[in-house]
Amino acid sequence: MQLVCPAGSLPALKAAVRQGADAVYVGFRDDTNARHFAGLNLDEKQLQQGLELIRQQGRKLYVAVNTYAQPEGWQRWQRAVDHAAALGVDALIAADPGVLAYAAKQHPTLNLHLSVQGSATNAQSLAFYQSRYNIKRAVLPRVLSLAQVKQVAATSSVPIEVFAFGSLCIMAEGRCHLSSYLTGESPNLCGVCSPAKAVRWEETPEGLTSRLNGVMIDRYAEGESAGYPTLCKGRFMVNGQRFHALEEPTSLNTLDLIPQLAAVGVTAVKIEGRQRSPAYVEQVVKVWREALDSYQQNPANYSVASHWRNVLSGLSEGSQTTLGAYHRAWQ
Amino acid sequence: MKLSLGPVLFFWGREQYFNFYSDMIEQPLDVIYLGETVCSKRRALSLDDWLGLARELKQQGSAELVLSGLTLVEAASELSSLKRLCDNGELLVEANDIGAVQLLSERKLPFVAGPALNIYNGHALREFIDAGMQRWVPPVECSADLVAASLRQLEAMGVARPELEIFAYGHLPLAFSARCFTARAENRPKDDCQFCCQGYPEGIALDSQEGQRLFTINGIQTMSGEVCNLLADYPRLQQLGADLLRLSPRAENMQEVVQSFARVLQGADAPLAVSGCNGYWHGVPGMLRAEEAGLC
Repeated sequence: MQLVCPAGSLPALKAAVRQGADAVYVGFRDDTNARHFAGLNLDEKQLQQGLELIRQQGRKLYVAVNTYAQPEGWQRWQRAVDHAAALGVDALIAADPGVLAYAAKQHPTLNLHLSVQGSATNAQSLAFYQSRYNIKRAVLPRVLSLAQVKQVAATSSVPIEVFAFGSLCIMAEGRCHLSSYLTGESPNLCGVCSPAKAVRWEETPEGLTSRLNGVMIDRYAEGESAGYPTLCKGRFMVNGQRFHALEEPTSLNTLDLIPQLAAVGVTAVKIEGRQRSPAYVEQVVKVWREALDSYQQNPANYSVASHWRNVLSGLSEGSQTTLGAYHRAWQ
Repeated sequence: MKLSLGPVLFFWGREQYFNFYSDMIEQPLDVIYLGETVCSKRRALSLDDWLGLARELKQQGSAELVLSGLTLVEAASELSSLKRLCDNGELLVEANDIGAVQLLSERKLPFVAGPALNIYNGHALREFIDAGMQRWVPPVECSADLVAASLRQLEAMGVARPELEIFAYGHLPLAFSARCFTARAENRPKDDCQFCCQGYPEGIALDSQEGQRLFTINGIQTMSGEVCNLLADYPRLQQLGADLLRLSPRAENMQEVVQSFARVLQGADAPLAVSGCNGYWHGVPGMLRAEEAGLC
């Protein structure tokens, strides 16, 4: 299985390459990608440098142009596709059928990967993108169980990439408007969720309070560790109870599932986190490289080394990790 | 402009569905969408039941009947149900997943693109029209300006516009998950949910710790806390050339809702203000009510 790693900066890209990423994915510095955060992503010069390093080392570079194009800004998406093609990247990651159609028509030799934002959760959905845009790979949303990933992989000829580690979206990617409902900016259209500019922290007598566009997302008692107010991870009131009504702050970690993912025919595993620091990328990629190599060398005796687990736990949101939906037995 | 009744997004009992639709067929509705779009475990009515209901409603009124498909299609069993729905042979289908678009397109059947399909610009519209889309219900987060610009873009490409249906009333369907939040709220595992969402005919309120209503929990779906209401925005809807306004069913007072929209469609002045949110339509956070709505 190929290891696909995030880079929101040139140092992160270098770290990923150094630690053995097979492919690195990046975005341009605008709202054409789903990590459109201030100060993030690579400018022209950095892209050139990054690409040079990737070519020297024989790795792959993918570019995400994976938001949905706003009609008034269509040229930005068009330009991003043309730019990626001109750079000669190894794949363009996209979700918008309009963008995919443009890329397939203008740049027939450019490899297209369906972004997780395309929200394809079944073989028929993949068939749509494959028959119309000749996609070469699809990234599946994190809502699928392992059994469902297996079904999709077995019934589709599109190679499959799944998320292996990082922040966990509890909602099906590409099918969540919670952020725009509160802040006006959504992952689909703006490439952001719970944008930093809408976040306010307040020290109050009742405790540290996090707000998103004025709406209270959580309040922390003394000694409780506070997390970024991603709105699905707040504590809310439901039926008179205060709890994480949608999602606990936790990270996806599937080191335990490497043999199963390989067995069901997954082509690539993806590390989430273009918004993360180079140091984070360095540590996560190192662990995953070791784990995948260890599996490759001796599949029958694969086991998760305790130091891998420790490193990843230390980097995880709320220091907790989960197998996410992959472990579900139910539908 | 016409009125449509969207699919029931909540889980009701068999009797409640039948009673609801026997009331609704008496109402001035031009299109009625039937079927389960949220959770495949909700089987109070089977596909055959829905088709039987459609046949009965056809006898009683003149509304066009459309069958809406599931939104999050994961399991093989869900995909085969969706195939049967697309093969129903009688009714137009509303696709809420690209899988349904593929099935319908392969069969050369026209379809309605539901609000869960991510169609945000004219180039995407052209792709779906090519696949057989005849009516577009834009994602609920789209503003009037975005819809207008998408249609202009389509026009500039020389492609005839599809029918335009705007989600104009009801709790907005905002997100879909593998997890059931109703079961979570009741401390039940999803695989033993006991269909607890049936106990909440209008979902469960999710409030902030300060008591501000934020969302509505409806099984695997998260909806807006506020009810969206675009009645005061009627002039802009008209200007945009909306062909249909979608009213999303609620358990109570739906007749009054239909009547209030019908009066405006028949020529009464749109109210200057109504309760509920309309932020998305005005390009601001969806939860807000644009004050000047009636004047736009």
